[in-house]
Amino acid sequence: MRAGAGAGAEPRGGEGRGGGEPAYATAVIAPATPTALAAPDLAPAEPSAGAAVPQAGDPALTLLARVGVVDPASLDDYRAHGGYTALRRAFALGPAGVIREVTDAGLLGRGGAAFPTGRKWQATASQADHPHYLVCNVDESEPGTFKDRVLMEGDPYALIEAMTIAGYAIGAHKGFLYLRGEYPRALGLLENAIASARARGLLGQDVLGQGYGFDIEIRRGAGAYICGEETAIFNSVEGYRGEPRTKPPFPVEKGLFGKPTAVNNVETLVNVLPILTGRTEETKLFCLSGNVDRPGIYELRFGVTLRELIELAGPPDTMRAVLLGGAAGSFVRPDELDIPLTFEGTHAAGTTLGSGVVLVLDDTVELPRVLLRIAKFFRDESCGQCVPCRVGTVRQEEALHRIKDRTGADAAGDIALLREVGRAMRDASICGLGQTAWNAVESAIDRLGAYE
Amino acid sequence: MTAIPLHMPRRLVEFTLDGQEVRVPEGDTILDACRAAGKDIPTLCQGDTLTPKNACRVCVVEVEGARTLAPACSRRAEPGMTVLTDTERARHSRKVVLELLASSTDLSMTPRAAEWMKEYEAEPDRFGPAAARMNEEPKIDNDLYVRDYDKCILCYKCVDACGEQWQNTFAIAVAGRGFDARISTEHDAPLTDSACVYCGNCIEVCPTGALSFKSEFDMRTAGTWDESAQTETTTVCAYCGVGCNLTLHVQENEIIKVTSPHDNPVTHGNLCIKGRFGYQHVQQR
Ligand SMILES: Cc1cc2nc3c(=O)[nH]c(=O)nc-3n(C[C@H](O)[C@H](O)[C@H](O)COP(=O)(O)O)c2cc1C
Ligand code: SF4
Ligand code: SF4
Ligand code: FES
Repeated sequence: MRAGAGAGAEPRGGEGRGGGEPAYATAVIAPATPTALAAPDLAPAEPSAGAAVPQAGDPALTLLARVGVVDPASLDDYRAHGGYTALRRAFALGPAGVIREVTDAGLLGRGGAAFPTGRKWQATASQADHPHYLVCNVDESEPGTFKDRVLMEGDPYALIEAMTIAGYAIGAHKGFLYLRGEYPRALGLLENAIASARARGLLGQDVLGQGYGFDIEIRRGAGAYICGEETAIFNSVEGYRGEPRTKPPFPVEKGLFGKPTAVNNVETLVNVLPILTGRTEETKLFCLSGNVDRPGIYELRFGVTLRELIELAGPPDTMRAVLLGGAAGSFVRPDELDIPLTFEGTHAAGTTLGSGVVLVLDDTVELPRVLLRIAKFFRDESCGQCVPCRVGTVRQEEALHRIKDRTGADAAGDIALLREVGRAMRDASICGLGQTAWNAVESAIDRLGAYE
Repeated sequence: MTAIPLHMPRRLVEFTLDGQEVRVPEGDTILDACRAAGKDIPTLCQGDTLTPKNACRVCVVEVEGARTLAPACSRRAEPGMTVLTDTERARHSRKVVLELLASSTDLSMTPRAAEWMKEYEAEPDRFGPAAARMNEEPKIDNDLYVRDYDKCILCYKCVDACGEQWQNTFAIAVAGRGFDARISTEHDAPLTDSACVYCGNCIEVCPTGALSFKSEFDMRTAGTWDESAQTETTTVCAYCGVGCNLTLHVQENEIIKVTSPHDNPVTHGNLCIKGRFGYQHVQQR
């Protein structure tokens, strides 16, 4: 399977597809086969989502509790395991009540930017313009991220229920589920979940007989990382070229079809279920990959340290670096593993939780080649709209190519050039892609001493 | 002739521009305010007849409290905002943007590019001789105009003029992504097999000379193009009753291209194939 996103993923321990590139991100579940991609129904024994959850069976799991436990194709099984209690609670609370609970719980977006969800919902709900829309962002293309896939394939009804609650809260009657094109199995399961929920009155004109109408339409991506950016997703759904729009105006004001829209990540939405059903402690999903013994999705309470997480996954003998937050994130050193895994803790340490990627690299990895791979990813995925990113990502890759076998004074000139280009990309690019395209490289130079 | 537009007086927005209190009509951009204050901010993709696409990023300025720089051409002035146009940070991005463009594209016909490169001390050569470039050959597939995408900075102006902002023909769009993005007809067909109606409104807005009259392109190739020997005469198109203003560019008693004044209330710079290219009868002697 292509667990880490398209261009960024290399098979675990593999020597790479072409040109002897080393392993960078890691495929965790199973290799993609041509049949698996062409016809999901015929896929030979692809391991279930539960196989990507090393903590399976742990009673402390909340978001992952049903993954590998329920039959993802059965609405009855979902209901037997607590499904649709949160939606009933939501109807009891009313839209403003739901937003209050979510705000009070302090839920922050899990798509990478950590924006307060309650605030986003409130801002959307209060817009006078109608209709309002909900967009669930399942483009999941950040290299090393595969948590949304596991949630959807292991517990698809949870997302459908959570979207219904979000739609209710923001006053939307229509939700779009923007699905990464390379997720055929998730597509089948979600289509089934939507159809069966609709057949039982859990979606449609009159949800649960409460007089509230809500339905969900799936739109498939076509293999572009940029379409996960919250405004590019609107262009893509509307049938235009996937390019970010200018902000302001922000999506809550003028989003999909120019109407007030809340865009949320899968993990963000699924977090709303335990918030409404009385969970005690907030948890976060982490996507462990690279040189660890037990890669997969881990669910931990906030505040656990990076060291504790990597210990769970089985660290390599000699660790060289950890990439936090994916290609748009940054590297940390093995002596920085006491960073608490919270949004604030990582921020204070000059790094980011991002989408929850924790990619562990041992000392066999050649850092300059890893950086080159990351740079290639950004060059390939730039939409091309703005100059700093369109040309800057190319110049970044060229410079990294020149210094891939150099160190010290021999690399200094190009490193200075990289800094100048990187600074302009961060400051002057339109969207988060260009703005973060130099993060990992910068951190590898400054924190890891990649070319010393 | 300059038209005086009549509309409701707009409220004024007060903000700080480089330490000075300024007041501009609500809805004006930071660039409008800069120009009103006599400040010269470089712009490439901004056009006087188009909605800003803010793609080139050469006009970026610093807005206090913002994480990133803001494009002056599209960011509207807000009450109380503090804007700095000439900081080291803003100048750095402008310089790098100019370097990135000049190292990948032929800016030789972009007005003021050379002047800005000098002002910002841009050194496009520092990316080395192997730096990737557009590497496009001029597309000469019809008798009216040439598309030389080696000069294209992907400002989107031609696409917007051809599409919903003016012509509604949608003959061209951006194809490909990242550095491979190019302005293209459907399936990259020759213009003659495309939806193009030869209004030439894309040429009117192109800021780089990537799009040009075939007559201009041929004269430049032959070395006979001489702007100092040209006159411009604005007249009214004789074809129909709409009354579009045409500006005839004449060299050695021959019309060599036709434009239209951007402030003309009838055309806003736009014409149809007859006004733009149908001038040969004038020269039948
Ligand atoms: C280039 C780029 C790609 C992105 N891809 C995704 C994605 O695949 N999934 C996602 O949830 N957010 C992605 N984001 C973040 C979204 O723009 C947005 O912040 C997020 O979906 C908001 O949801 P949240 O508030 O629930 O986190 C991406 C951002 C950028 C700049
Ligand atoms: S930063 Fe990159 S991806 Fe984002 S709009 Fe600019 S070119 Fe496109
Ligand atoms: S051809 Fe001209 S107008 Fe069109 S995008 Fe290129 S530079 Fe801009
Ligand atoms: S002129 Fe403002 S971004 Fe191009």
